[in-house]
Amino acid sequence: MKTRRDFIKISTVGAGAAALTYKALGSKGFGLFESNSVDPVSDEELTPYPTYCEVCFWKCAGWAYVDKSGKIRKIVGNKNDPHCNGRLCPRGTGGVGMVYDEDRLKTPLIRETRKDGTQHFREATWEEALDKVANKMKEVKEKYGPEAFGLFNHGTPGGQLHHLLRAYGSESNAEPAFANCRGPRSSAYFSTFGAYVGSPESTDIRDTNCLVLIGSHIGENMHNSQVQEMSDAIDKGATIITVDPRYSTAAAHSSFWLPIKPATDIALLMAWIHVLIYEGLYDKDYVEKYTFGLEYLKDHVKNMTPEWAYGITTIEPEQIRKTARAMAGAAPAVVIHPGRHVVWYGDDTQRGRAMAILTALLGAWGKRGGLYFPEGVSVPAYPHPHFHEPEWTWKDWNAGRYPLATMGITTELLKASVPKYNYKHQVKAWLVAGTNLPLSMPDKRLFKEAADAVEFIAVMDTMPMDITGYADVVLPEATYLERYDVIRSAANREPNIALRMPAIEPKYNTKPGWWIAKQIGERLGLHDYFNFEDYSEVIDWQLKQLGTSLEEMKKIGVKKYPRKSGPLYLGDGEDFEFNTSTGKIELYSVDFADHGFDPIPKYTKHPEPPANFYRLIYGRAPMHTFSRTSNNPNLSDLMSENSVWVNPKVADLWGLKRDQEVWLKNQDGAITSFPVKVRVTERIRWDSVYMVHGFGHNNKKLSRAFGRGASDTEMITNVAVDPIMGGTGMRGNFITFLTEDPALEGKEVKA
Amino acid sequence: MKEELFVSGRNIPNIDPYLNIWHWQIPLYLFLGGLAAGVLFFAGYFVVRGKEKKMQATVKWAPIIAPIALVLGLGALFWDLKHKLYFWQLYTTIRLESPMGWGAWTLMIITPISFVWVASYMKEIFPWWDWKFKFLDKFEAFVIKYRVYLAWVMMIYSIILGVYTGILLSAFNARPLWNTSILGPLFLVSGFSTGLAATIWISKDEKERKILSRIDLIFIFVELFLIVHLFMGFLAGSETAIEAARLFLGGQFTVSFWVFVVLLGLIFPATLETLELWGYHVPKWLPSALILFGGFMFRFIMVEAGQITRYLY
Amino acid sequence: MRYAMAIDTKKCVGCGDCVVACQTENNVPHGYCRDWIVERVDGTYPSLDLEFRSERCNHCDNSPCVRCCPTGASHIEDGGIVLVEHNKCIGCGACIQSCPYDARYSHPEGYVDKCTFCIHRVKKGQNPACVEVCPTKCLHFGDLDDPNSDVSLAIKDRKWKVLAPEAGTKPQLYFLT
Repeated sequence: MKTRRDFIKISTVGAGAAALTYKALGSKGFGLFESNSVDPVSDEELTPYPTYCEVCFWKCAGWAYVDKSGKIRKIVGNKNDPHCNGRLCPRGTGGVGMVYDEDRLKTPLIRETRKDGTQHFREATWEEALDKVANKMKEVKEKYGPEAFGLFNHGTPGGQLHHLLRAYGSESNAEPAFANCRGPRSSAYFSTFGAYVGSPESTDIRDTNCLVLIGSHIGENMHNSQVQEMSDAIDKGATIITVDPRYSTAAAHSSFWLPIKPATDIALLMAWIHVLIYEGLYDKDYVEKYTFGLEYLKDHVKNMTPEWAYGITTIEPEQIRKTARAMAGAAPAVVIHPGRHVVWYGDDTQRGRAMAILTALLGAWGKRGGLYFPEGVSVPAYPHPHFHEPEWTWKDWNAGRYPLATMGITTELLKASVPKYNYKHQVKAWLVAGTNLPLSMPDKRLFKEAADAVEFIAVMDTMPMDITGYADVVLPEATYLERYDVIRSAANREPNIALRMPAIEPKYNTKPGWWIAKQIGERLGLHDYFNFEDYSEVIDWQLKQLGTSLEEMKKIGVKKYPRKSGPLYLGDGEDFEFNTSTGKIELYSVDFADHGFDPIPKYTKHPEPPANFYRLIYGRAPMHTFSRTSNNPNLSDLMSENSVWVNPKVADLWGLKRDQEVWLKNQDGAITSFPVKVRVTERIRWDSVYMVHGFGHNNKKLSRAFGRGASDTEMITNVAVDPIMGGTGMRGNFITFLTEDPALEGKEVKA
Repeated sequence: MKEELFVSGRNIPNIDPYLNIWHWQIPLYLFLGGLAAGVLFFAGYFVVRGKEKKMQATVKWAPIIAPIALVLGLGALFWDLKHKLYFWQLYTTIRLESPMGWGAWTLMIITPISFVWVASYMKEIFPWWDWKFKFLDKFEAFVIKYRVYLAWVMMIYSIILGVYTGILLSAFNARPLWNTSILGPLFLVSGFSTGLAATIWISKDEKERKILSRIDLIFIFVELFLIVHLFMGFLAGSETAIEAARLFLGGQFTVSFWVFVVLLGLIFPATLETLELWGYHVPKWLPSALILFGGFMFRFIMVEAGQITRYLY
Repeated sequence: MRYAMAIDTKKCVGCGDCVVACQTENNVPHGYCRDWIVERVDGTYPSLDLEFRSERCNHCDNSPCVRCCPTGASHIEDGGIVLVEHNKCIGCGACIQSCPYDARYSHPEGYVDKCTFCIHRVKKGQNPACVEVCPTKCLHFGDLDDPNSDVSLAIKDRKWKVLAPEAGTKPQLYFLT
């Protein structure tokens, strides 16, 4: 089917090829072009500029070291920063590759249709590009109202556009971080404790005696301070219990690994709860003082014995008892890690609830070695007029569904963009920032429908990600090392702020996100919302309100403040009112009951792979952040493609060899665009396969990432939606192997 | 199942997935060195034995090959250097522990000797030759007078050169296939055999050819014996040595080694030479060409295969 | 003085931070690396054992690369650090052949290159870049002759192994198991 919006692969200009030739002809062999920059430079000869990392959401603060020629040589963690303690992760260290990636977006681009009907991108000036976006925003406002302009955002650049849209009158935004990632956990912990676990999560791994990881693979996700604290916990001899169908890195470093059958976690959790209650191992004082609903819970889990769970999870009852006792023995210094990417099977909020309940029974919420009370610095907003309340917002798409959603749901924003779904409030145009929708949205067909239906898409990014191919206007953003950004003020043990300032001038014709937002805002007559010349004025004003200044922060990068909200932990027997309907920790959720959901989690059976199919489990590699770093020259050196992990028994059955290329086909007949290499390994169960997420890019302009590995997202066409908050469960997809190139078989392939 | 893999994407050119830092240049260098050593040794030998007149081709003609081979060999070595402009650093120091340095110095000595040797016969070979300068004529007379002593020096350095071509490889403890002391004598014998083959090819004197063929047969026999010995040594060795031998006993180099080196490069030409000695008519270039080809293949295969063998992984 | 490194395989997560930090600190060209990570998996699901090893030049006490170097470019510095002097190296490749750990490579500029233990940092009392960045603190560097150095303390009460001890090179990377 011909679509209105042809996917344009941003075409290459000759420069890259010329550079390659130079390199090929270069010094090899004769050392004639002896380069002076080869040897390492000592830190004294470099100038450090404070920044915080934008390669992932952990936002570690660090220093970008610039040499005399104006090149960023390295990025090193800020020793005073609680997110990293002076040690950046591989992505942060390799962040320098984001700046020097020669495939970067270099100048604004505007989609044009040639006489023959083909579409292409024309290089444009900023004036043209910004005018085009602003004019479209005016048009949408007149025709449909500002609410019809939607925003997909992630990270700090998204924040700048969010401010623009709020000033313009729209709150039709959604970010993948909620419904496609950690949303269920937020709803679960909020309904249990009346508080969120935050980001960085308030897990006191540093001081824990027992760390429980359920499908959470610290070490493969490089959530920096958690990785560091887990390492400290290993040193201190803490018990680590890992529940994972895959022998993850964390599993390998654990005292107990429970190789669970996928999709049965709730059964294990309920059996643990059963053991704690019926063996009398739970923290009785804590539970009595702070919780509501123990009797309901006790009754509910009566028959959920380890023997019952064994039949479901394949974990032996003795292992279940042993691990439950280990937790109780360590309580209250137990971290039941709430996880982060928790959208698996559609009952994920309930699984999160079970984890929260377990935490409560162990008396670990608000306790040393459990979960602490985080505190952040509240950065005052730079003065601007009040935002007009939109007539409708993202909440209205849900139309009563997903009552506990606290943020816009991306898939709902997509559906609201397609007229055939008949949403009362429809979206007509998008801004997209910092998120590569084709590789991050489940159900790619829905994305394509929506992208085709909307009238206009503007994408702000630093790289020619797949999403830019769908844009009408591409706005090339300067990387985080070339711009000012909002002050980081995430909650932590100690309240703190961090500064990001440009280490070098923006390369090419790129501009900071704040500048782009302001320029569009000015064109829309929203000057009062952008009442500054340079964003440093905003930051300086805010910092002065916080008792410091831009000048001081340039020297220190991170500033810590004393806590105002009280101690990190609950005192013994201290009275505490939780922000829930009952004022207590809700083992029985009154809110859930009111909304017609199970007030106490229960195990439901999920579909299993049909014959010759395997459950697709996807995850993280420590050196990449989703699909955004695949082309980074430093990080693609570390890992340039993903592989599909296959158990040796399965490999034998299919005759698959190590490094053999296969295509994957899922239960709905979707086939990967690119082949992926097989890794035959004992680290994965025989009923599942595993892939690292973020590969299989389809844009040729990404010279290192194009066609390398396969995209797991292409295999996710079946989405199990969580009725509580709209989470998109993605682990219910099953794949099989194609050993021959499906393109060669033409149309004879039967789905 | 045991699995061991790089997880940091290591894929260094010429190092991964297996070492291949030396290509055709080093085997050619070793081959030409061995060839020159063989040619020069027998030239010296027959002079010392006073059979100069009987062995005209061996003493006068064949040595012309030596300086050419040595220069080409050094050229191949130079080609292989990755940091060529610093080549002179080789001659700023003497490092007895380094076979590479050792070889550089050996060549520094034997190459001029080979030139002098050839020069001392120039007037015999080309009667019209004129040195143009008086001092050269004097020098020539001097060399001719003491040629026997020069022959002794040349023989000793030929042996050093021949052994060196093997030791260059055998000194690498990290490459189990090379790390055997048999490689020195083996390459020496093989080098001498190629030298003899080249001389036989050049010689037009039936008697001289027969004498050389008989010697060559002995060398081929010894070479075959040493090859068997080589593998026996590996198979009696550690796991890494056994793995190295397996490359030739069923592994990826089995066919190329046994067919090209042993069968076509040694046994077949030896048979032909024997038949020739028995009076059968054999194309006279054929055995020599095969031996030379086999000699090069032997070194090429040893260098390629040796780089794959390793201690780890 | 004897510099050495200990690598705690029980804590390493194989993230590759040491590799990138080395690359940026030492300007290692893309496509090359002075350190790398090996993952070893043993056993059958679910009885498994996994080990990550951050590897680099072993700065051997009995270093074959130094012995086989024809020009003396490969040499041993104070503290046992094995170095290559670029302007003396002819790029013959002998040291690359001699290394049982494949720790050396031919730099695009022609000379042979490898881990230097970040000698430019060590001389100033700093740790090598890989040690300094490691999020799990699984790398320990220091002087073995000093009983209170980080590396001495790290190997004191732990079991350790070295790689390819049968090669007889007396390697100075200690893998804590």
